[in-house]
Amino acid sequence: MQYLNVIRKRLLFLALVVVGVSMITFAISHLIPGDPAMLVAGDRATPEIVERVREDMGLNKPLPEQYWIYLKGILSGDLGTSLRTRRPVAEDLKLYFPATMELALVALMLATAVGVPLGVASAVWRDKPIDHLVRALAVTGISTPAFWLGLLLIVLFYGDLGILPGGGRINPDIPRPPTITGFLLIDSLLAGDMTAFTSALRHIILPALTLGFVHLGVVARQIRSAMLEELQQDYVRTARANGLSRRSVIFREALPNALIPSVTVMGLALGDLLYGAVLTETVFAWPGMGAYVVNSIQALDFPAVMGFTVVVSFAYVLVNLAVDLLYMVIDPRIRSVN
Amino acid sequence: MAEAQSTAKRSRFDFGYFGYQLKRSPLTMVGLIMVVLVLIVVIFAPVFATHDPNAIDLRARLAPPSMAHFFGTDEVGRDIYSRILFGGRQSIAVGFFVVFLAGLTGTVLGALSGLIGGRTDTVIMRLMDVVLSVPSLALILALAAALGPSLVNAALAIAIVRIPFYVRLVRGQALIVREMAYVKAAHTFRAGRLHILRWHILPNTLSPVIVQGTLDLGSTILLASALSFIGLGAQQPTAEWGAMVATGRNYILDQWWYSGFPGFAILFTATGFNLFGDGVRDMLDPRQKAR
Repeated sequence: MQYLNVIRKRLLFLALVVVGVSMITFAISHLIPGDPAMLVAGDRATPEIVERVREDMGLNKPLPEQYWIYLKGILSGDLGTSLRTRRPVAEDLKLYFPATMELALVALMLATAVGVPLGVASAVWRDKPIDHLVRALAVTGISTPAFWLGLLLIVLFYGDLGILPGGGRINPDIPRPPTITGFLLIDSLLAGDMTAFTSALRHIILPALTLGFVHLGVVARQIRSAMLEELQQDYVRTARANGLSRRSVIFREALPNALIPSVTVMGLALGDLLYGAVLTETVFAWPGMGAYVVNSIQALDFPAVMGFTVVVSFAYVLVNLAVDLLYMVIDPRIRSVN
Repeated sequence: MAEAQSTAKRSRFDFGYFGYQLKRSPLTMVGLIMVVLVLIVVIFAPVFATHDPNAIDLRARLAPPSMAHFFGTDEVGRDIYSRILFGGRQSIAVGFFVVFLAGLTGTVLGALSGLIGGRTDTVIMRLMDVVLSVPSLALILALAAALGPSLVNAALAIAIVRIPFYVRLVRGQALIVREMAYVKAAHTFRAGRLHILRWHILPNTLSPVIVQGTLDLGSTILLASALSFIGLGAQQPTAEWGAMVATGRNYILDQWWYSGFPGFAILFTATGFNLFGDGVRDMLDPRQKAR
């Protein structure tokens, strides 16, 4: 029952987001200098053709009606047609979404795998050199321009050492495994194609490192603060007084509890990573939504840019819903409160 | 009157306490030193620069770092070191512009919302909810793309997206102050809304707004350079850090210094502002320190 309540609340919020995002993107589309009908019809179109395009696009209707048509379109999955690729924006984004999601997930795994131990160490040895180091690292992480870090990694691992590829998602000479999930790492494993798997893995390392490094600090900080709180609890002192070793108190008692609130932060981080991939994808020519939207911006392809904004906003809310549910599954206290 | 004086007294900056806190927090000190260093170098760029940042010298194209060109040269022989010094003016100006614009607009809207309440409050806050419901980078991209590529437009886009954070902050503060006994007393003495806004709400919201602003400076500088990197910010031939990294990208495998140094300048500046911002927040809100 309580799950249903959370879902209902989040779906209500999703409705707000739909209206909010669609209002914003609609307003922005009407603020753009220049005539969208002219843009679609092209430079050499006669005034009659431009007029016909305007009618086809519904641009001669009153604004509230235009917005209503636009909102209905979004709700039925119609995000307009890309001016650059001449394909429906929704189709384009569907094609690029798995690549972005795969990159964001691997980056999150890396950030968690490194960030959690660092956060624990930072809390356990509070105000010791390692704590200062982790805090400095966390600030450096959020201060690093991802696009620049990506370039440096390319210079080092591709240019100088020559051990990793400098861009792309898989070696173009290798036949792609059949698409099942859209995630190349999983698809190649499912097909039992180890050559494709190795190539996909080698390609994802540098972009995932770049993206993960920025979020490493966020994860480490969150774990640090949650751990500090747990270590001050009475049960920790009792466990120590009963003769449990420091190590076992930290890892078996405090850490599992500290991880619970961190789930929220990691969920939010996944949302951030989804759209944060914009810069990383551009640097590594990673064929995802980020690279797609940057190309669209450069081609003044507004339907594509607005479509990206809409999809990313929805994905953000859905990720948060998933996090809330996960939170309830792992923390019985929240279930009982609800 | 006496009450107004005491407010003024309270909001005066305590340098002794600030210095004491700085000594206790080495990371904040490091941040402050970094920020001051960057500001000095950028303000006095003409003094420190060795070349005209836009002077083209085709004989010295893509030269590696040397005594003649500390950070090497770009594809038309411009001195990268001098361009970084002047480019910093753009990046830092954007940072302060965004924080000032978003802070001022947010403070005004938040104070009005909290003080007047009722329908004004509802309209303003719902509007802010709408803006907050969209992930900020996606909204900034959409806005900056619609406004057209230029550094001013990029700054405007970032500022618009940051406004709701200040509105919420100031509104919350205004709601607390409104219920304070001394404000109610001022009401009894027929103090007008403007008087309460000027003498009670604004002085009390100033320090959280400054903390938020300091924290925002680092991320704003980073964001603006990212927008320049994808072509939505500064345009050629303006020297700007993000745009320099973007052009240098074409030569990255052989001339690493072209992108390397401007990118490091972004990292250095953003780290400085973030360390300092974190420290200032800890000083003004000691509860945060344990976290």
